[in-house]
Amino acid sequence: MSALAHVPIGSGQSASPPPAARSGRYRLLPYLLLLPGAAWLVLFFAVPLVQLAAASLYDPTGSISTGYVLTWAFDNYPTALRAYWPQFARSFLYAGIALVLALLMGYPLAYAIAQKAGRWKNLLLVCVIAPMFTSFLVRTLAWKTILSDNGWLVGLLRDVHLLGPDGRLLATPIAVVLGLTYNFLPFLVLPLYASLERLDYRLLEASSDLYASPLKTFRRVTLPLSMPGLIAGTLLFFIPATGDYINAELLGTPNEYMIGNVIDSAFLVRLDYPQGAALSFLLMSTILAVVFVYLRRAGTEEVL
Amino acid sequence: MARETPAGDLRLANLTKTFGAFTAVDDLSLTVPQGSFFALLGASGCGKTTTLRMVAGLEEPTSGQVLLGDRDIARLRPYKRPVNTVFQSYALFPHLDIFENVAFGLRRRGIRSVDGQVRQMLSLVQLDGYERRRPAQLSGGQQQRVALARALINHPQVLLLDEPLGALDLKLRRQMQIELKRIQTEVGITFVHVTHDQEEAMTMADTVAVMNAGRIDQLGAPAEIYEFPATAFVANFLGQSNLIACDVSGGSGDDLLVTAHGARFSVPAGRSRTDNGPVFLGVRPEKLHLVGAAVQVPGGSQHLEGVVTDASYVGVSTQYLLRTGWGTELSVFVANSGAQQRFAVGERAVAYWDPQHAFLLGRDADEPDRTTPVLDEPVGASS
Repeated sequence: MSALAHVPIGSGQSASPPPAARSGRYRLLPYLLLLPGAAWLVLFFAVPLVQLAAASLYDPTGSISTGYVLTWAFDNYPTALRAYWPQFARSFLYAGIALVLALLMGYPLAYAIAQKAGRWKNLLLVCVIAPMFTSFLVRTLAWKTILSDNGWLVGLLRDVHLLGPDGRLLATPIAVVLGLTYNFLPFLVLPLYASLERLDYRLLEASSDLYASPLKTFRRVTLPLSMPGLIAGTLLFFIPATGDYINAELLGTPNEYMIGNVIDSAFLVRLDYPQGAALSFLLMSTILAVVFVYLRRAGTEEVL
Repeated sequence: MARETPAGDLRLANLTKTFGAFTAVDDLSLTVPQGSFFALLGASGCGKTTTLRMVAGLEEPTSGQVLLGDRDIARLRPYKRPVNTVFQSYALFPHLDIFENVAFGLRRRGIRSVDGQVRQMLSLVQLDGYERRRPAQLSGGQQQRVALARALINHPQVLLLDEPLGALDLKLRRQMQIELKRIQTEVGITFVHVTHDQEEAMTMADTVAVMNAGRIDQLGAPAEIYEFPATAFVANFLGQSNLIACDVSGGSGDDLLVTAHGARFSVPAGRSRTDNGPVFLGVRPEKLHLVGAAVQVPGGSQHLEGVVTDASYVGVSTQYLLRTGWGTELSVFVANSGAQQRFAVGERAVAYWDPQHAFLLGRDADEPDRTTPVLDEPVGASS
């Protein structure tokens, strides 16, 4: 007992016993386990990525029928950006507005499910995930019905004069942003929920005991402790939302098209592979840059 | 240490808390004098933590008042009360370092220069140099002291301690008991300490309130409660007692006469909680002495004969079980001072006691003798 008394309690990670000499078979095991996933990634991610990078530098005058030549045409990039910068900017704008809306709805939702729902917790979580059981396309088409000119929502908004007599929601930026918000909301809520669920309510009590009003407690305790989930959630929301083209396609018009629509048409309609590839790379690198700055600003060394 | 807020005792008046049909705290009234070290002692589920949480504001009373001086704070939000808590789990903020944990209360009240106070407080709890550590990097005892510093730095009118030593091992707990007492004397703040550990309560507190089923069974100085318990629950929760079921058969002068299983005993009236009906005659095991025959019993003592059924040598004392004529086994602790006769199992012996050390408690008519078995704690536990 006296020997035990000197062992500090909760002194962080206890040193694991030194690994006994392992046979070669066990040393290789982690790599064997890694193999299927790694092979999949190399074949279907790394190789196509290199291929896409090459395609973005093809001679732009080539075509599918005449064939493409790799001429290191770096000009493809500025050319594509000059032609499509409005769609590019729009992608980030729509995704950004949708993110703000999703945060305003998602944070209270995640908090309520994690801390206040009690026995309803699991049911509410299923409700958050349930829409994912149907296809993305079907859900977006359903929004088309909800927002349609003859729908009850537009009728209601016209009645209360929030919309003019000829006002509409479908085929407007509002519809696209609403669609983005709805479709990617679960990606924000789930990681946030995971973070908030681990939040110890006793810390909130302690904060309240130490003169922090509910607002101060949120700012000083709840928010910092939910940061990992908040960061993961915003990234999981923002990245696919920026590259999305279904919502603009189904709920908007060409005036609302985002960069995803342009890439889609470059590859499938105009068959301009170099331009499609160049735009893809531009989008990817811009998102990476935004994410990098964001993580730096959010100051969580754990994530980077 | 300067106090910014006006002085005052903490008074609970008819405090009640019910959860559905369950009454956790039942019409509780008590006064904690300013500057005292007060212990709320009770088994788990007796309502002591609920009482503490009502003082802290973390639980709203169903009815009753919590008065600090003349001010009823029962309905104030916790962050508006001049009261701070040391939580059982410590509840240190994992995302803040030790300095910021301790400074938390000051900063929330808008105090800008906290440096001096934080350092002073960390040195009071002997954690100088730990400012930049995170709570997870500290041992349990150190975390406990951070929790204490974080509460004390606000100079609350009342400091609430919710089983603060429960998570520490025995040796550290003893050390922290002494430490807490020292700090309380130094800062002079009212401490209300909730614990289920009777030894802890007696070691530290000026006044102990023994809680049972949402009510206070007895309140007083530790020695007072131990020497003259008010109820059978207290008699056995605070230490152990031999309680023999008796009936009051009359009085003689300043003494009450009781009979149990045909034997007659007398108890001073001043040591009686009741003077009629069914009673318990109580004697603490260490107040019983053993001799070989009734002729050796000193004059003025009461005695009982029996057979030794168990003798456990535990170092500082030998703990005997003595079976009486009617089958009840009494606990007898005999100090190993070297002067006493040793008894073997099976030997006949006579237990005697000074009537001034006995006490009479009220008893329900059908309640039998209550004696607790010897050896309810491991050998050498008090080292």
